[in-house]
Amino acid sequence: MKLHRAEEIWLVVGVGIIILAMVFTGYQAFAHGMAPPSGMETLDPQKVDETAPFDNPGIFEIGENAYEVVMTLEAFRFNPNEIEIPAGSEVHFTMTSKDVVHGIQVIGTNINAMVTPGHVQRISQTFDTPGEYLVICNEYCGVGHQMMAMTIIVK
Amino acid sequence: MELAEKSVFHHKVTEVLGVNAKDAKLSITFLVVSFTALLIGGILGLLQGLNRAGLFELPAWFDYYQTLTAHGILLLLVFTTTFAVGYFYAALSHTLGGLLPKVRKMGWIAFGSMVVGVVFVATTIIAGEASVMFTFYPPMQASPWFYIGLVFLVVGIWIAAFGAFINVAHWRKNHKGQHIPLLAFFATGVFVMLVFGSIGVAVEVLTLIPWAFGWKETINVMLSRTLFWSFGHTLVNIWYLTAISAWYVAVPKIIGGKGFSDGLTRLVVILLVILNIPGGFHHQIVDPGITESWKFIHVFMSLSIGFPSLMTAFAMFAVFERTGRRKGGKGLLGWFKKLPWGDVRFLAPFIAMAAFIPGGAGGIAQTNNQLNQVVHNSLWVVGHFHLTVGVTVALTFFGIAYWLIPYLSKREFTPQINRLGIIQTILWTVGMLFMSGSMHAVGLLGSPRRTSYTTYGGHQTALGWDPYLIFLAIGGTLLIVAVLLMVYIAVYLMFFAPKGKTEFPIAEQEADAFPAPKWTERWGLIIVLLIAIVAMGYVVPIFELLGVPGSPPFRTW
Ligand SMILES: [Cu+2]
Repeated sequence: MKLHRAEEIWLVVGVGIIILAMVFTGYQAFAHGMAPPSGMETLDPQKVDETAPFDNPGIFEIGENAYEVVMTLEAFRFNPNEIEIPAGSEVHFTMTSKDVVHGIQVIGTNINAMVTPGHVQRISQTFDTPGEYLVICNEYCGVGHQMMAMTIIVK
Repeated sequence: MELAEKSVFHHKVTEVLGVNAKDAKLSITFLVVSFTALLIGGILGLLQGLNRAGLFELPAWFDYYQTLTAHGILLLLVFTTTFAVGYFYAALSHTLGGLLPKVRKMGWIAFGSMVVGVVFVATTIIAGEASVMFTFYPPMQASPWFYIGLVFLVVGIWIAAFGAFINVAHWRKNHKGQHIPLLAFFATGVFVMLVFGSIGVAVEVLTLIPWAFGWKETINVMLSRTLFWSFGHTLVNIWYLTAISAWYVAVPKIIGGKGFSDGLTRLVVILLVILNIPGGFHHQIVDPGITESWKFIHVFMSLSIGFPSLMTAFAMFAVFERTGRRKGGKGLLGWFKKLPWGDVRFLAPFIAMAAFIPGGAGGIAQTNNQLNQVVHNSLWVVGHFHLTVGVTVALTFFGIAYWLIPYLSKREFTPQINRLGIIQTILWTVGMLFMSGSMHAVGLLGSPRRTSYTTYGGHQTALGWDPYLIFLAIGGTLLIVAVLLMVYIAVYLMFFAPKGKTEFPIAEQEADAFPAPKWTERWGLIIVLLIAIVAMGYVVPIFELLGVPGSPPFRTW
């Protein structure tokens, strides 16, 4: 294959940037545990209310400054729909959907995940800054989608 | 001597025949549907923009989500695919010496099938039976007739594709040892991508139909979603490949230059065709049911599309520089001023290319896992594809329309229409800058996509998004003016411009161009590689999703 000299330089630099992006992504994902949410457990979406832990949604203290939030999403609400935690808390969300596909995004944090029926989705976050965080559904889920929101109060 | 005579003769033949009237009629019909879809889809887009900014309340009988579903399907599916078929059928007719009568018939059957599809889809959306968005993710369940409409659309596209393959195969049989003309090569690549890219979604829809009729109780949600995205993003690259065909073939001729390199151009086409389908995986980076390692492997598979795009960027600017210098442009950037900025057939595709610089960078951002997580499902994504599809693809299509339509209708592209076209291009660009810019910004602040106007109960954070959304509405208003102008121009060039002759611009190659190697014509091999790459990306993740418990249907609108 015959390439112009300048084109070779351009392609080497371009591919270099792409590879650098890859290396950085991989390093963050695997060395720093920043991989995207990828819950692999499954459950029967028609039996969410009878399946542990979703038979008892809520917020549970699981250690010092550590909480597990067991949450179900359905059109058009989060359950629980308000969470209060002290600043510095590490929160582990365990979620599933009782009906259609939803998305959860905690504005101002990196929490952003799809919650689909049939899967248990997990994501964690440490809340250092006090405030009232807006949590929204960010995947269209029906006529009341724009009302599907909750708050996390960090004190 | 004999050669010279032959070329004179050839010249005379095209002079007499011009465009084949029957082929032109087929292409024009596709383009009429395309610009109708642009008009209706554009108006629906404006209504959404105004609603999203909190300026306008949509009626209950045609609410925001119906509007959004129709806008997405009309512009993403109907406008782009009918344009691509109309354009490439014209290109095949022009470069291969006319469509075979059989192929022309297939083109009409394809058209009929697509129209039936659009009617089914539109009717169910208007009736409120299918507010499921362009992505129609189950277990949200639309009317079965919505999915059946999608089948007609896909089947129409397949028939058009096979028609193209037959015409190309026929030409090759009669021109042994020759490379098919470059534009026909692009057409082949696009139709191969259309066929293979839509297999996943066809399988998805065929499983949704029995479920929608109630013959099957549950549906595998994540499997459907994965099959959808194997198509969803390929479609984007189909438009992109359609657009760059004009950059490589027509634009150099329009600016009075030559094509960059036949061989390298064909290589770009082949790379895009092969690498494409796994690129859609980045839509699923924050999904459950797919392991972290597969997501990482797909970062690499998706990013590899950057390689042919980088080659394209180089080729385009090389063409511009060489042409500008030949016209006497001096110094480092003097060539830039020598380009025909007053010619909309150049200006529109040039802005389209320029928009692909930030557009492509945004694409790279989304492909990387953690960056994707920051912007996923926010308005940033909508800003990104209004930059890529709305500017890069649509403006190139408009740029093509300025010469393709008068070529087909045997009319003249007049200076007045050129002036109007420049105004249209500027309005479109400024409108998109406002809209896409504010979407990018407010998306980073967390504002979600596919959501009607809301303050989430007056939450401070959501109220902070409102000023950006006003700019979105301003952009949308400029865009509708541009849409109206474009539709006027298209209709004028089809039916009212003065009779005359417009050229189908096809550039010659540079003298030092790299000639196409033989293997670029081996489509069998190219398709085997394509299938191998798709298998590498999808077999294991799909296998892992097979056992997931299914979902019953829901109707949440
Ligand atoms: Cu929701």
